[in-house]
Amino acid sequence: MTTTYKTAVLGDKDSIYGFASLGFTIFPIEDSLEAVKIMRQLSDSGYAIIYITEFLASQIPQELERFASQALPAIIPIPGLRGNTGMGMKNVSKSVEKAVGSDILGDS
Amino acid sequence: MALLNVNPTRMELTNLKRKLVTARRGHKLLKDKRDELMRIFLDLVRENKRLRRRVEEGIIQANEHMSIARSVMSDKSLDIALMLPTQDMTLEVKEKNVMSVIIPEFDVTYKRADESDIYSYGFAFTSSDLDVAVKSLSDIMPDMIRLAEVEKSCALMADEIEKTRRRVNALEHVMIPQYEETIKFITMKLDENERSATTRLMKVKDMMLAKAYNYD
Repeated sequence: MTTTYKTAVLGDKDSIYGFASLGFTIFPIEDSLEAVKIMRQLSDSGYAIIYITEFLASQIPQELERFASQALPAIIPIPGLRGNTGMGMKNVSKSVEKAVGSDILGDS
Repeated sequence: MALLNVNPTRMELTNLKRKLVTARRGHKLLKDKRDELMRIFLDLVRENKRLRRRVEEGIIQANEHMSIARSVMSDKSLDIALMLPTQDMTLEVKEKNVMSVIIPEFDVTYKRADESDIYSYGFAFTSSDLDVAVKSLSDIMPDMIRLAEVEKSCALMADEIEKTRRRVNALEHVMIPQYEETIKFITMKLDENERSATTRLMKVKDMMLAKAYNYD
C-alpha cells in the first residue's frame, strides 16, 4: 500500500525557515495552543512526518503522547535556535527503558 | 499460588491439562517473539542514536549560519529569498510488518529531478551564510527522513516489546503455575477418592464375610 504524504516543520520562525528550501512545509508557530491545533489538522490531512522544535514540543507533551501509539504521523523533535532541552535523545533513551527495563545503551 | 476455583473432577482435569499445554506453547512462542523483537529493536535504537546525533549537529550548524545570515541581511530580503521554494518533495509511505508490529517506511520523491537544486534565490542579494545554511540542511535531509522512520519504529516496537514481555511474564509466573498446581490438586483429590473407595469396599467385604460365617 503506497500513498503520497507530505512533511511539515513546526516551530518558531527563525528556527525552521531554512527547511522551506528543502520542500518541507513550514508552519511558523510560537504559541503552544496553536501548535496543538495545527498538529491535529496536519495529522488528518496527509502529513506523515512532523518535525517540531524541542522548545515547542516540550510545551505539549500530552499531545505528543496521543500520536505515540499511531503508525502515522511520526512526530520528531529537532533542535531549534533556543530552548533546546535534549528531548530528542531523552525520548530515545525512554523507549529503550520501556522495552528493556533500563537504559542499557547509555551514551554509547 | 492460589488454586483455580474448580470442581475436582476428571473432566476438569482433562480440560486443565489441555489448557496447560496451550499455555506452555503460547509462552514459548511469545518468548521467541520477544527475543526477536528485542534483537531488531536494539539494532534500530543504535542507529537511531547515531542518526539523531548527526541530524542535531547538522541542524545546529545550519542554525548558526542562519543567524549570521539573518543579521547580515534585512528581514525582508531574507523572506523574499526563501519565500518561494524551488524544491518540493512528497513522501511515499510503505508499511512493513516486523513480528506483527506495523512500522512505516518513508520514500522521498522530489519534484525537481535535480536534488541539489535547492537555492530558491539568486545569489546577488543574499549572504553566503544563507547558502551554507541551506546547503547543510539539505545535506542532512536524507538522514532526517531516515531518523523519522527509525525513531517512529523504535517507539512502536518499544510498545510492542513491553506488551509482549507482560504477556510472557503473566504466562510464566501466573497462569502456568496456577494450572500446574490445580492439576496436582485435582489428581491428589481423585487419588484420595479412589483410595477411600477401596478402603470402603474392603470394609464392606469384611462385614459381609463376618455376617456370612458368623465371625465374632
